[in-house]
Amino acid sequence: MSGFPTLLYKEVLRFWKVSTQTIGAPVLTAALFLFIFGHVLEGRVRMYDSVPYTAFLVPGLVMMSVLQNAFANTSSSLIQSKITGNIIFVLLPPLAYWEFFAAYVLAAVVRGMVVGTAVLLVTLPFVGAEFRHPLWILPFAFCGSAVLGALGMMAGIWAEKIDQVASFQNFLIMPLTFLSGVFYSIHSLPEFWQGLSHFNPFFYMIDGFRYGFFGVSDVHPVRSLAVVAAFLGVVSALTLAMLRSGYKLRH
Amino acid sequence: MPAAIEIRDVHKRFGELHALSGIDLEVPQGEFFGLLGPNGAGKTTLISVLAGLVRADRGSARVMGRDVRTDYRAARRSLGVVPQELVFDPFFTVRETLRIQSGYFGMRDNRAWVDEVMHNLDLASKADVNMRSLSGGMKRRVLVAQALVHKPPVIVLDEPTAGVDVELRQALWQFIRRLNRDGHTIVLTTHYLEEAEALCARIAMLKQGRVVALDSTANLLKRVHHLLLRLRLVGQLPEELRPLEHGSTAEAHVLRLKSFDDVEPALASVRRAGCRIEDMELVQPDLEDAFVEVMRRS
Repeated sequence: MSGFPTLLYKEVLRFWKVSTQTIGAPVLTAALFLFIFGHVLEGRVRMYDSVPYTAFLVPGLVMMSVLQNAFANTSSSLIQSKITGNIIFVLLPPLAYWEFFAAYVLAAVVRGMVVGTAVLLVTLPFVGAEFRHPLWILPFAFCGSAVLGALGMMAGIWAEKIDQVASFQNFLIMPLTFLSGVFYSIHSLPEFWQGLSHFNPFFYMIDGFRYGFFGVSDVHPVRSLAVVAAFLGVVSALTLAMLRSGYKLRH
Repeated sequence: MPAAIEIRDVHKRFGELHALSGIDLEVPQGEFFGLLGPNGAGKTTLISVLAGLVRADRGSARVMGRDVRTDYRAARRSLGVVPQELVFDPFFTVRETLRIQSGYFGMRDNRAWVDEVMHNLDLASKADVNMRSLSGGMKRRVLVAQALVHKPPVIVLDEPTAGVDVELRQALWQFIRRLNRDGHTIVLTTHYLEEAEALCARIAMLKQGRVVALDSTANLLKRVHHLLLRLRLVGQLPEELRPLEHGSTAEAHVLRLKSFDDVEPALASVRRAGCRIEDMELVQPDLEDAFVEVMRRS
C-alpha cells in the first residue's frame, strides 16, 4: 500500500493539534476585519447596487482566510521540517514525488476549507449573506486553496530560513490577496487599476467565489474558473518539477 | 540470493569536493558490517546514496538487489536508516511518530509490531509522551524504532551511539545483535572503534571518498605488526629503550615492540639499568591501531 494516506493524515493532524493557532487565530482576524470595516463603511457603501457592504465583505474574508491558510500550511510544514531536520522522515519512505505533492496540497485544501467554514459560521449570523449559487462556491474554494497550497510548497522547498518564507508571504501572497477585491469590487477602481487587476489570478478566485453567494460578479464565473484552473495547472507543474528533480530536498 | 547492499563505482561531487570517488562495496545478507573513517571520509554521503537522500553522479547502488533510483520503492522498503542527527517531529507522541512512520511505508494496522518495538527499546512507558519532552537518549531510541517499524531486512545505523550514555549503548547493542541473529543485515558507522571491533564481522575503511581497506575484522587486526609494552618503573627508563617509546604518559612508559620476541630483551635492559618494575602490561593491537595504520599508509 502507498504511504500517501498517512502523509495526508499526518499533515492534517499537524495543524489540528495546534488548532488555536491554525484555525482560531485566522477566524478572529477575519471577524475583526468584518466588525471594523463593517462599522466604518456599513450604510455608506453598497456593492453591485444592492448588496450591503458587510454582506459583500463576508465571502471576500472567507476566501482570503482560505487562501492564506492553505499557503501557511504547506510552507510552514516544509520549512519547519527542513530546519529541524525531520524532513528526513518523509524522504526515506517509498513515496513518489507526486504522492508527496498530493498529500501536502490536499492537507492545505483541508485546512483552507476548515478555516473558511469557521470564518463563514462566525460572520454569517451578523450579516446574513445569501447563497444564490452554492455549487460555484466549492470549486473556487478547492482550486484556490490548492493553488496556494502548491505555492506554499514552492516557498517551503525554496526557502532555507523562516524569514524567506515570511518574505514570500508578505511581499507576494499578501499584496496579491489584498489587491484581488476582498474589500472592494474592481468596478469601483479607476480604469487602469481595473485592467491591472485582471492580471492578478487571486482576483478570479475571489470574484468567482463571491458569485456563488450573490449571483453577481465582475467577471463571468466560467471565465474565472478557467483562469484559476489554468493557474493551478501551471503552479502544480512547477512544484512537481521541483519535487521530481529533488531541488533542495535530495542532493 | 542478492547481496543486501551492492555499490558499484559510485561517485558524488559537491562542487569542488569529491565526496565519493568510485566506491565499490558488497555486503552479503545477514552480515554485521562496519563502515569506518575519519570525519569527511564520505560515510554519511554513502549512506545517503543508499537511502535516496543523495543522488550519485555515477555508478549504481542496490539494496536487496533493487536499484535505489530505478526501483526506489522496493529499495527503500528494504532499508531502515537511523540518522546521525537527533531529529524529531515536535507535534507528535512516541506512538504517533511510530505509527505514522510505518504508515509511510504502506503498513496498516501495525499496532502489535509498534508495541513490540517500543517494548524492546524500553519506550513503552513513554508511548503517549510528546517527543519534545523526551531526553536525548530516549529520542535516540525513537530514531532506532522509526528505522525498524517497517521491518526492513537491512538496517543502517549512522553513529547511533554518539552522545549516548553507557546503559543505553549496551541496551541498544544487545537489541541490534538480536536483530542481526534474526537475519537482519546491519551496517554500522561509528567513531567508537571498540564497538566496531566487538560487533562487526567485516569492516570497510573510507578516506577522502575511497575505500582504503576492506576485510574481516580479524584480518584488519593482523595488519598491525606491533604490540605495546606498558611499564611503570621506579627509576629512569634506560636510554637504549627511548627510541621505542610510543605515547608514554607521566605514570607509565609505553614501548612499541615488533613482536613477543622483543619483550624479554626490553625487560633485561630495564633490569640492567637497576630499575624496579612496579607494574607491567602487554597490550595487544586493537582496531584503533589498525585504523591509524591504514589511515597513515593510504
